[in-house]
Order: sequence, then C-alpha cells, then structure tokens
Amino acid sequence: MNNQEKEPLFSAKNFNLLTAPLNKNNPITIQVLGICSALAVTVKLKPALVMALSVTIVIAVSNVVVAALRQYIPDRIRIIVQLVVIATLVILVDQILKAYAFDVSKQLSVFVGLIITNCIIMGRLEAFAMANKPWQSFLDGVGNGAGYGIILIIVAFLRELLGSGTIYGYPVIEKLGLYSIGYENNGMMILPPMALIVVGLIIWAQRGRDKSLIENK
Amino acid sequence: MKKFSNKYIFIFSTVMVVIVASLLSLAATLLQPAQERNLEIEKKKSMLESILIPATRNDAVELYDKYIKESFVLNSKGEIMENVDAFNVVLKNEQKKPLDEQYLPVFISIPDNGEKVIILPVQGKGLWGPIWGYVSLMPDMNTIYGVTFDHKGETPGLGAEINTSHFENMFKGKQLFDNDKFISVDVVKGGADPNDKHGVDAISGGTITSKGLEKMLFDCIAKYEDYLLKNRI
Repeated sequence: MNNQEKEPLFSAKNFNLLTAPLNKNNPITIQVLGICSALAVTVKLKPALVMALSVTIVIAVSNVVVAALRQYIPDRIRIIVQLVVIATLVILVDQILKAYAFDVSKQLSVFVGLIITNCIIMGRLEAFAMANKPWQSFLDGVGNGAGYGIILIIVAFLRELLGSGTIYGYPVIEKLGLYSIGYENNGMMILPPMALIVVGLIIWAQRGRDKSLIENK
Repeated sequence: MKKFSNKYIFIFSTVMVVIVASLLSLAATLLQPAQERNLEIEKKKSMLESILIPATRNDAVELYDKYIKESFVLNSKGEIMENVDAFNVVLKNEQKKPLDEQYLPVFISIPDNGEKVIILPVQGKGLWGPIWGYVSLMPDMNTIYGVTFDHKGETPGLGAEINTSHFENMFKGKQLFDNDKFISVDVVKGGADPNDKHGVDAISGGTITSKGLEKMLFDCIAKYEDYLLKNRI
C-alpha cells in the first residue's frame, strides 16, 4: 500500500475510479442500485439534473469524510456512523436549496430527504470509503454520482420529450408543429412504470454493445 | 479491522452527535432568514397569480405592494377582527381551531381594470398531502375572477396538474352562489357541461386530488358566506 502514496493524483488506476461507474460499473444499470429515486425524479429534466448534482455532492463529500475517519470509526457502529454522515449532509443540502434555490427545492420536495435512503451512497461508503484513502474515495464518489446522473438524465430526457413534449421546459414538439398534424404526447411516459422500462432498455442496449457485461448464469 | 473498547465507542458516538448537532443548528439559524423570505415571496406571488398578474420571484414583492391595497381578518360571523395581520395568518393552524375562533383572512386588490377584487385563501387535502391556493372574486362576490392552486406532493402528471394554468383557467367566470344559496364550484369527473356555472372538468387520473380540491373550495369559502352576501354589489 505504501507505493500508493507516491502515485500521481490522476494515475490510470485513479482515473479508472472516476470513469468506470460511467459505463462498465454503472451504479444503476450494472450494480442496479438507486432505482427507486431514478423512477421518481425523471418526469422532467430539471429535477433529474438537480437530483443528480445533489447526489453527486453528497456521495463525494460523505465518501471523503468516512474515508478520512475510517481508522477511527469503530467497526461495530460503522453503519450508524455512515448514516449520520449522510443524513447530516442531506439536511444541509436541503436547507441550502430552501434558502437559495427555492423553486428547485419545491419541485424536489420529498426526494431530497430520500437521498438519505439512496442505496448507492451507503453502498459506496461500505464497499469503498471504509477501505480506501480520501482522495480515491472522492474520485469514486464523483464517478458514481456522475454514473447515476447520466442514466437519470437520459431517462428524464426521453420521458420529458415523449411524455410532455418539452425539453428542459422548452416546448419542442409544439414549435416543430407536430401537434397540428395529429401527434399526441404519450401520457404513459409520465407514469413511473415507463421509467423502469426505459432503464430496462438502457440496460439492454448497454449489454448489447458490450457482451462482457452480460452476467453469467 | 482494529478492536475498539466499549468506552471508545461511547465517547466516539457522543462526540459525533455533539458535532453534528451544532453543525446543523448553526446551518438552520444562519439560513432561516433567507428561507422565510422565500416563503413570503412565494405567498405574494401566488396571490398575484390569483388576480391574473404574472409575477416572477424578483418582482413579486413590488407588484404585491402595487396591487394588494388592503387586508383584514374576519371571524366566522363576517365581522372584522382588529389587530390581526392577515398576511401572517396560517390557514392550516386556523383550521384546527373551533369555527368561531378561526381567523379568516381577506385581501382586497385593485387590478389594472380598476375593479375591486377580493382574494380568499383556501387550504385542504389532496391525495398525498396538503393542497392550497387563492380564489379571487369579482365585486359581485359571486363570480370567480381567477384562481391559483398549489400542492406539496401530488403525483406529477396527475394530481399535480391542479397548479397548471390549463386547469386554473377553467375556474374563471364560474359562480359560487345560485340566487342566495352557496353552491361553490364542483369538479366534475368525465367533464363538465361548458354552460355549467358551477362546474369544471376534473383531472383524469387525479380523482382524489380533484375531489379534495372541490371539498377545499366548499369548506373554506363557505366560512365567508355571511361576509360575501352582505358585501356584494
């Protein structure tokens, strides 16, 4: 482990921590974590974007805090300590949004509190931060947050476009004049089941492109 | 993994809790003024929307001062109560009191057409949580000038549609009274007859929210019945 201290900040190994979760080790499509929040906030792009950002911040900071304390956290109460760290950060994010981004906080409402229960965060703390240094943990947190965010944004983009006919609130379909030739929004896309189906399609496409991702039976 | 003594674990958790608690209370105290200001702006913005004046978060306070001329609080008999600030009355808390102790806020505004329009706040329950809004009435105290609704956590695309202008616009011109009888506005499942003066279309897939909204309008505005009948022109 000693040779790691001389490692450059962005060595190939560290860089991999950042990029693997974007594709080969994606928290949603490969690890299949954090699905519930992916269903809830992906009706429109804006809340999905803010959720992705908030989760990334919380996961990165809590990873650093836990990694820094990892030698001092008693093994027997480590889950409690992890939860306290996450909950504190989430409450701070919630309070700051309420004070400085009121509209966003109104849209996210209960989902901000639900970041606490996002299994990705607990999963990374337990699996990575408890055994690695702060800087590596930070990269791992940012990577996983971004991997989660990418899927959220893809799903939200499709659901908003097909369900409400807008992109980030901009009425694309109306401007293209598709309504006048008989196009109608698909109301199904707004409902939670379609998020699951879209995530399923992404999982399918991803494994179709890269056969090594297909799980052995 | 290192072994830790019980004593260490107790000290560790105590210190952790103290640090976290002070951090959170510090944040709450520092951010409170900004949060309260946001709520105040939000309230003024909603009121302006109910009299069909589009406001943004930036100009809401200014426009509120320009258009809302007067505010006061009534009791359930329609008499004006002195020394109560209508803007700071929290309707949710009032509704927990017995009817004859409740404060009923009224706001008087004069939009650009020069007519005196009154704004009444309403508050009720949707499917998942509270819904609320403002209803403004023409000087005849019968015809709806405009409404605005909002909700805490109704289902997006279904119950949450109550705060869209498509839904809110249907209320314009509807009437609350039939001769002297208070009827309120019904939310009709399957669509209301366009000539129906007391009905609007319900939201498909949002039946419980629609019904909650109907009940909210009836319950809240019924309390003003005496005042409305006395003051109509």
